[in-house]
Amino acid sequence: MSTPAGTHEGTARGTARGTVAPAGSAPSRELDVCALRADFPLLGRTEQGRRLTYLDSAASSQRPRQVLDAMRAYEETSYANVHRGVYALAEEATRRFEAARDNVGRFIGAPEPGREVVFTKNATEAINLVAHTWGRANLRAGDTVLLTEMEHHANIVPWQMLAAERDVTIRWVPIDDDGLLVLDDLDRLLEGVKLLGVTCASNVLGTINPVAELAQAAHRVGAVVVADGAQSVPHLPTDVSSLGCDFLAFSAHKMLGPTGIGVLWGRAELLEALPPFLGGGEMILDVSKDGFTPNEVPWRFEAGTPPITEAIGLGAAVDYLRAVGMDAVRRHEVALTAYALDTLQSRFGDAIRIFGPLDATRRGGVVSFVLGDVHPHDISQVLDQYGVCVRAGHHCAKPLMRRLGVTATARASFGLYNDLADVDALADALGEARAFFA
Amino acid sequence: MAGLEDLYREIILDHYRSPRNRGELPSPPAYRVEGFNPLCGDEIVVTLDVEDGVLADIKIAGSGCSISQSSASLMSAAVKGKPVAEVRDLIRTFKGMMSIHEASLPHDGHDRADGAASGPVEIVSGEPEPVDVEALGELAALQGVVKFPVRIKCATLSWNTLAQGLDEVGTAS
Ligand SMILES: Cc1ncc(COP(=O)(O)O)c(C=O)c1O
Repeated sequence: MSTPAGTHEGTARGTARGTVAPAGSAPSRELDVCALRADFPLLGRTEQGRRLTYLDSAASSQRPRQVLDAMRAYEETSYANVHRGVYALAEEATRRFEAARDNVGRFIGAPEPGREVVFTKNATEAINLVAHTWGRANLRAGDTVLLTEMEHHANIVPWQMLAAERDVTIRWVPIDDDGLLVLDDLDRLLEGVKLLGVTCASNVLGTINPVAELAQAAHRVGAVVVADGAQSVPHLPTDVSSLGCDFLAFSAHKMLGPTGIGVLWGRAELLEALPPFLGGGEMILDVSKDGFTPNEVPWRFEAGTPPITEAIGLGAAVDYLRAVGMDAVRRHEVALTAYALDTLQSRFGDAIRIFGPLDATRRGGVVSFVLGDVHPHDISQVLDQYGVCVRAGHHCAKPLMRRLGVTATARASFGLYNDLADVDALADALGEARAFFA
Repeated sequence: MAGLEDLYREIILDHYRSPRNRGELPSPPAYRVEGFNPLCGDEIVVTLDVEDGVLADIKIAGSGCSISQSSASLMSAAVKGKPVAEVRDLIRTFKGMMSIHEASLPHDGHDRADGAASGPVEIVSGEPEPVDVEALGELAALQGVVKFPVRIKCATLSWNTLAQGLDEVGTAS
């Protein structure tokens, strides 16, 4: 593994094994994308003789060699089931698993990483966990849950399931035509609300929501705030204390880590008060024929053998992001997004409809659009011929699609490894798509 | 890798740009049925008029990609005025052409029209029946779609929806 000169931020408290400093990290804290790309084996792939243009990081990011290596090294040298093992190997595995938890917690500024970070399968399961535990313990018939029109299905359906079961009402914060939340009426919207579910950054519009402001208002009426960080934690510096939410959900596979693991961060005192989620091993302190005593947090919510290798991978991903620097990641993605918005608008003018705010500083690196009357599915098909990977569809946000008056959009989304050439490749391929269907 | 021209044949682009039998028949008396493709958000509305065992009239509404729209248009032109039994045969033949790959695709279970296809249009599993592509006429232009497995559901959406409609009309009368 490489230890490039000029890496500065400590990996000392990161993973136990080796360094995960990315090739592109430099003292200036600006991204050297060209060097950094070398860390991502998959980006070396060619399609139709061209460089692959991967613009689907909002769905899943590619992983750097440092993450893949950490997982492999763990499997080859330290693998055992965690917790309760008395032998040295199991102890080491447990230590590394818990170190990953701690590391992830510190990455998001958790005051008590060891108690507040729950490993789940993904962001979806993290939100479902809140609905099952907090929701079932606290929501009664006649209560209201407030969501926004731009939520991903992951932050809608769990509440709808609960609403159907408990006779709970769901209310919606509307969006305006720029794809921003309309908050003029927030106090009225919050009346009688027990829980606010809000995405930190929209996976369709890119919009970055004022979660801190919303959380403050929600707390004034005693509501609990569940923030969906699936699109923000990978791309923006995150500090749960300044976000002000009570729960934060995110997935490893969108932040350079593996699939199969996600995180629910929750305020320690809230988690302490919650009943268990799934039942089984790991989540108990004692079981008799008459019943069980639930375990301490966070293990209370982690029934069964957890995704151990994946936790190691997530820890390595966090090390990588930290070494690059989340401020640098954000600056890079703002520049890229601004360039994309500019290029697409000047190239296609009125023919392109870009959703969400047109100010790159107000949004994440997600650009959804429709081009003329070419269906997004056909666009992505033509783009694929040019080695450009974009997603087309409703992006698991059907209420938002209805609000926008479309059934589908095409979506290009950026990661720290994308560069201006990727945007140019997108624009060129879009030009071909238009010509093809003209 | 298959090229774009395998997928987007001239006939397909023609039906996409000028769809036949577009719109909705007043229902009732016509029977109305909807289909969805959750993958791309395609929605299709088929209204059909069955009289004395004949599919007397059919119209297609909804929105979707070029493959789903052109397939629906081609379908409407092929089945309009045909005896229902013949229409069912055609559906089977068309699905046969598409099923070669559909059988090997993971089924996501979201496709309402597909999910409802418990009637005569089972997805062929195991040995595919030989398909008489000649009998499909213009519809054979959609053959290239099987080289693009994710698009097969686009092509079959209207057919599954029609099959569902024929089943429901049959049980309703
Ligand atoms: C905003 C948002 N929330 C939640 C999710 C769900 O993530 P996962 O599928 O990893 O649970 C996604 C991913 O598509 C997302 O973009």
